[in-house]
Amino acid sequence: MIELRAVSRTYEVGGSPVRALRSASLRIGRGEHVALVGPSGSGKSTMLHIVGCLDRPDEGEFLFDGHEVGAAAEEVRAELRARKIGFVFQFFHLLPRLTAAGNVELPMLFAGVGRAERRERAHAALEAVGLAPRATHRPDQLSGGERQRVAIARAVVMDPAVLLADEPTGNLDRASALEVMELIEAMNRRGLTLVVVTHDPAIAGRARRVIHMADGELVDDREEGRGKREENDRGVS
Amino acid sequence: MSFWDVLRFAAGALVGHRLRTSLSVAGVAVGIAAVIGLTALGEGARRYVTSEFAALGSNLLIAMPGKVETTGATPFGGVVHDLTLDDLQAVMRLPRVRSAAPLAAGTESVRFGDRSRAVPVLGTTAEFAEVRHITVAAGSFLPAGDPQRGGTEMVLGVTVARELFGEASPLGQVVRVGQWRFRVVGVLAPRGRGLGFDFDDLVFVPVGTAMRMFNRTSLFRVVIEVRVHGEMAETRDDVLGLLVDRHRADDVTVISQDALISAFSSIMRALTLALAGIASVSLAVAGVGIMNVMLVSVTERRAEIGLLKAIGARDRQVLAAFLTEAALLSTVGGLVGLGTGLGAIHVFVRFYPSFPAVPPTWAVAAALGMSVLVGVVFGVWPARRATRLDPVAALVKR
Ligand SMILES: Nc1ncnc2c1ncn2[C@@H]1O[C@H](COP(=O)(O)OP(=O)(O)OP(=O)(O)O)[C@@H](O)[C@H]1O
Ligand SMILES: [Mg+2]
Repeated sequence: MIELRAVSRTYEVGGSPVRALRSASLRIGRGEHVALVGPSGSGKSTMLHIVGCLDRPDEGEFLFDGHEVGAAAEEVRAELRARKIGFVFQFFHLLPRLTAAGNVELPMLFAGVGRAERRERAHAALEAVGLAPRATHRPDQLSGGERQRVAIARAVVMDPAVLLADEPTGNLDRASALEVMELIEAMNRRGLTLVVVTHDPAIAGRARRVIHMADGELVDDREEGRGKREENDRGVS
Repeated sequence: MSFWDVLRFAAGALVGHRLRTSLSVAGVAVGIAAVIGLTALGEGARRYVTSEFAALGSNLLIAMPGKVETTGATPFGGVVHDLTLDDLQAVMRLPRVRSAAPLAAGTESVRFGDRSRAVPVLGTTAEFAEVRHITVAAGSFLPAGDPQRGGTEMVLGVTVARELFGEASPLGQVVRVGQWRFRVVGVLAPRGRGLGFDFDDLVFVPVGTAMRMFNRTSLFRVVIEVRVHGEMAETRDDVLGLLVDRHRADDVTVISQDALISAFSSIMRALTLALAGIASVSLAVAGVGIMNVMLVSVTERRAEIGLLKAIGARDRQVLAAFLTEAALLSTVGGLVGLGTGLGAIHVFVRFYPSFPAVPPTWAVAAALGMSVLVGVVFGVWPARRATRLDPVAALVKR
């Protein structure tokens, strides 16, 4: 469902080009659990941003569900972000003035979901991450792990096809990190495609497929770790 | 995303920054309060002046020596003939004129026993009571007779009567003005102000005596009552023609009070507009304040804007959210300013009850409209900056 064809992304820094992605090609099938690893500056976040329609390739094509969207109109890409893609960030990015429920409602607010339905679905999403009792708490009244679970509830409340997580456990202690990973892996088992950028070998080891990046290129792509033994109709290029 | 959703979202963001929000609200409020307060004062001045003139009565013409263009300021320039009692008597014989009364004015010290009071002394004739609808509380007004001859009768305003005589009746008493002696024949009913004179604090004496006393050869004014209200213009021409004929020069001014009122009214209205203009400068300042606050807000909330985009907010939704914030700031400021302005006027009127300070409706509407406009206009640029933000750069903490 996700396909990158020879995608390059180059930043201009002080007159000299920084090649964050060099002709990267990749296919990720529906329901996969992929870990993206590699040294700092190797282009993992850049890759995730392109897949999440937050950034555009300079060269190459990015296809989502078979349609080229790397160069599509902003309106189309916003619609994809709203309905098909969920994001989880290292720094949570919850709005401090809103309650947990308010934060979870946010994507529905901008997607035009009515108020009563927003309430109901936000509650259900918080329940799914085990935070229903904390619905009226603000982010500063929650622990790091709880904040990330609220962010996960927000990312999946629109029922997306893909969850993109950029170092979701980077700011958490081991116990919270495990909780968070178990949560999103459970969602993955119910069909959500999962792409996780991580520095942590233990976290990467939980994925069935691990992609190694270095210097803007995919250097290694193999199934390892404790992958789950169910068959997917995915292909690897 | 419904209008109410946008509004609630914007309001939430504003409440999240209380101090900043209240400061920019205060900026707009001061501007709007200034507009409301100043226009109310201007409008009050207009009403005050027009009601002063209206107190004259509705079918009066006023003749005064000297030539003045259109409005009734002081005469200036050229040789000016006296406006005499003979002129008055000729005017009274005009068919369209019902009645006319002269005015000779000066300020003198009026004495009774060891009490005295400096008041305007107005020389006039018996007709004045009829022309200006004056009623006496005790005794009678000046007696009819040949205006040239003069006399020693005096009519007192209520304040003068009280100051000189206390509770005792002044009727028949002798009052001195300089070496001149007068006999009190009447006391006016309380009346209040009108055209620059406090009718309670003056005295009337026969015009002939007043002119000798003040050593004047010209009358100050001739007040003319027109028979038919519909013939004001014709009568004015009659009077002017007659006086030009008698003086062999076009050196008198005859005005109807309608002309006076509308001239003053338009002057005061222009003044009010000018005041509103000055006050709106502070609104522009407030607008720049809002722009500044919104720019700071956009810069500070980069991560929030990036997140909104990441969860699928359209550019126009982000624009709408930030524009609504700016408009909300200025609208709330406008309402607070309106309240403050009206409150200030209320207090002002308490201290000066005779001054009818009321903000004109157009000023209230314009002030509110302007406050909303200020928010939208000055909010556009910051809001556009928000939509142009690159979400990737905005989300990364560096
Ligand atoms: N906005 C930008 N402007 C300039 N250079 C950038 C920008 N974003 C990323 N880069 C550069 O592109 C390269 C890849 O960056 P990227 O953030 O994708 O790396 P990463 O693998 O996510 O690193 P980390 O593990 O530290 O998060 C780096 O050299 C980085 O400096
Ligand atoms: Mg990164």
